[in-house]
Amino acid sequence: MTNPSETQKAGGGLLAGMSPWALAGHALPWAIAIGFFFIAEGYLSFGTQIIIWILFALSLDLALGYAGIVTLGQAAFFGFGAYAAGWFSIHVSPDPILGHLFAIGLTAIVGLISGALILHTTGVTFLMLTLATVLIMFEYANQAKEITGGDDGLQGMKVGPIFGKYEFNLFGHTAYVYSLIVLFIWFVIMWRVVKSPFGRSLDGIRQNARRMRAIGTPVWWRLLAVYTLSAAMAGSAGALSAHATRFVGLSVLSLLTSGIVTVMLILGGTRRLYGAFVGAIVYFVVQDYTAKISPYFWEFIVGGMLIATVLFLEGGLMDLGGIARRQWERLTGKASKP
Amino acid sequence: MLSFAATVLLDGVSYGMVLFLISVGLTITMGLMRVVNLAHGSFAMIGGYIAGYFTQRGYNFYVALAVAAIIPGILGGLCEVTVYRPLYRKGELSQVLLTIGLVFVATAAVTEIFGAFPYPVKFPEYLTRPIDIGFRTYPGYRVFLIVVGAIIAAILWWVIDNSIYGARLRAAVDNARMARAVGMNVNLLFTGTFVVGCALAGLGGAIGAGILTPEPSYSLKYVVLFLIVVIVGGEGSFKGSFVAAMALGIIDTMGKYFIAPAAPYLLYVAVFLLLLWRPQGLLPPKSAT
Repeated sequence: MTNPSETQKAGGGLLAGMSPWALAGHALPWAIAIGFFFIAEGYLSFGTQIIIWILFALSLDLALGYAGIVTLGQAAFFGFGAYAAGWFSIHVSPDPILGHLFAIGLTAIVGLISGALILHTTGVTFLMLTLATVLIMFEYANQAKEITGGDDGLQGMKVGPIFGKYEFNLFGHTAYVYSLIVLFIWFVIMWRVVKSPFGRSLDGIRQNARRMRAIGTPVWWRLLAVYTLSAAMAGSAGALSAHATRFVGLSVLSLLTSGIVTVMLILGGTRRLYGAFVGAIVYFVVQDYTAKISPYFWEFIVGGMLIATVLFLEGGLMDLGGIARRQWERLTGKASKP
Repeated sequence: MLSFAATVLLDGVSYGMVLFLISVGLTITMGLMRVVNLAHGSFAMIGGYIAGYFTQRGYNFYVALAVAAIIPGILGGLCEVTVYRPLYRKGELSQVLLTIGLVFVATAAVTEIFGAFPYPVKFPEYLTRPIDIGFRTYPGYRVFLIVVGAIIAAILWWVIDNSIYGARLRAAVDNARMARAVGMNVNLLFTGTFVVGCALAGLGGAIGAGILTPEPSYSLKYVVLFLIVVIVGGEGSFKGSFVAAMALGIIDTMGKYFIAPAAPYLLYVAVFLLLLWRPQGLLPPKSAT
C-alpha cells in the first residue's frame, strides 16, 4: 500500500498489471467462500453470519482503519440498518432488495447527520459522542415498542423471494449467496475508494490532519464523506442480518456489538482489505470452539487476544506474513526495503 | 412538596457521590497521562465483588471495604506497570482497544469466579434501616453514602489543593512536559495516582453496590457513566468531575421520578448536546482551554 507504483495503477483497472501471485491471493478468499457453499451445506447459516460480520468489520475498517476515525459507535449504523430493513419488510414491501436499498439509504442519512454533528470534535470527546449515539438509539429502540418491538425484538418480518424467484429457504442457500454477492459489491467499491486519490487523502488525514488542512484538503468534508459511506456499509450489513434471520433483536444496537466488530477488525488487521475477513473468521471459530469449554471462556480468550494484538502484533494477523518476511530478511542479511 | 423535592435531591446526591468516588481516579489519570481507560469500571466492579464475597461470609463490613479498596489498588498498579505503560506512547486507538480487552478479561474472570448473576453486598443491619434526619426518615444507606462521599471528597480536595503532592499533580496535569523539565518524576507520580485512583474506584464500587449492583456486565454497562462524569466535567478537572457527578446523579434521579420511560435516552441526549456545546467539558483544567 505504501508502494508508489500502486498509486499510479489506481487510475486503471484494479487488477491491471498485478502479478499472478497477487491475483491468486485475491482469488483465494472468494474461491474458499464459493467452495464453502458446496462442501459445507450444514454450516451455511454460520457462513452467512460470518459474511455479514466481515462486511460490518470492513465498514469499520473504512472509518477507523483508513480514515483514523476512532469510533465505538458503529453498532448504531448496523442496528439502524437492521431495524430499517425489518420495518420496511413489515410495513411497506417484503421485497428484500428494495428493503436493503431503503436501509442503506436511510442509514447513510443517519451517518451523514450524526457525522456532521460530531466530526468537528476529536479524541475522547468524539469517542464519547459516538458512544452516546449508540446509547441514545439503544434506549430509544427499547422504549419505542410500537416501531421496534422493544425488548422482544422485531417480529413478524416477511421476506419475499429475491427478484421474485429465489426464496430464502430453511437451509440458507439463498441467504448465503445473496450475502456473498453483496459483500463482493461492497468490497469492490471499498477497494476503488481506498485506492483513489480520495483514499490517499484519507491516509494523509489519518497521519496528520493539520498538515492536510494546511495543504488545502477539505478535511472535515472528506471525513464526513467516508463516515457516511462507512455508515451505509454498516447499515447494509445490518439489513443483511435482518433478512437472513427474519428477526431484529435489541442487541444489534448494544455497545458489545460495537466492541465485537472492533475486536474482529483489530485481530485481522486494519487497512489490509482482507483483515476483516481473517478477523471475523478467527473470531467466530474461536468463539464457537471456546464456548463449548465454558460459556464465558470465549470472552477471556478474545480479550486476551485483543491485548496481545495491541501490544505485540500491531498489524493484526494479516501482518504475520510480513513479520516473518522481515525476520527472514534480517537473518539472511538482506536489507529490507524502507 | 418541599420534603419530596429534598428526597429527590438527596437521592441524586447520594448517587452522585458513588459516581464521583468511582470516577475521580479516572479523571486524574485521563487528565494526567491522556490514557483513554475504558477498563476503569472493571476496578470498581472488582471492588464490589470483593465486598460482596467477604460480607456474605460474615466478615466485618469495614474490613471488607478495606480489602475492596486495597486489592483493586494493587491490581491497578500491576496493570499500570505491565500493560498501561507501553500505551502512553501509542495512539488513542491502541488505548481504547487494549482497555476493551481488559474489560472482556475482567468480565469473563468475575463470571467464572462468582457466577453469572448479580452478586449483592450484604450491608450491616444498621445501614439498611431508615433513620430520622429531621424533617423525615431516610434510608440509612443513602445517608452513609453521602457522609462517606463528602468526607472523601473533602480529603481529596484538601490533598489536591494544599499538599505538595497535590501541587505536583496539578502541575503535571496542566503541563506534563514542563513538570518533567523541572525535575519531577511524573512516571512515579502517575503510578501512585493510578493505584490511588483504582483503590478509590474499588471502594466506590463496594459502597455503591447498593445502587450499582456487581454483575458481570457491570464494567461495560456503567463505564459510560464514569466516562460521562470525566468528560463532561473536563478531563483532569477534579472539581469539574465533582460537579458533573452531582449533576448526573440529580438529573438521572429526577428523570426516574418524573419522566420515567424516556429517562435513559434523554440523559444521553443531554450529554450529547452538552458536548457539542462545550467539547472540553464544563470546567476544563487550564491546559485544555
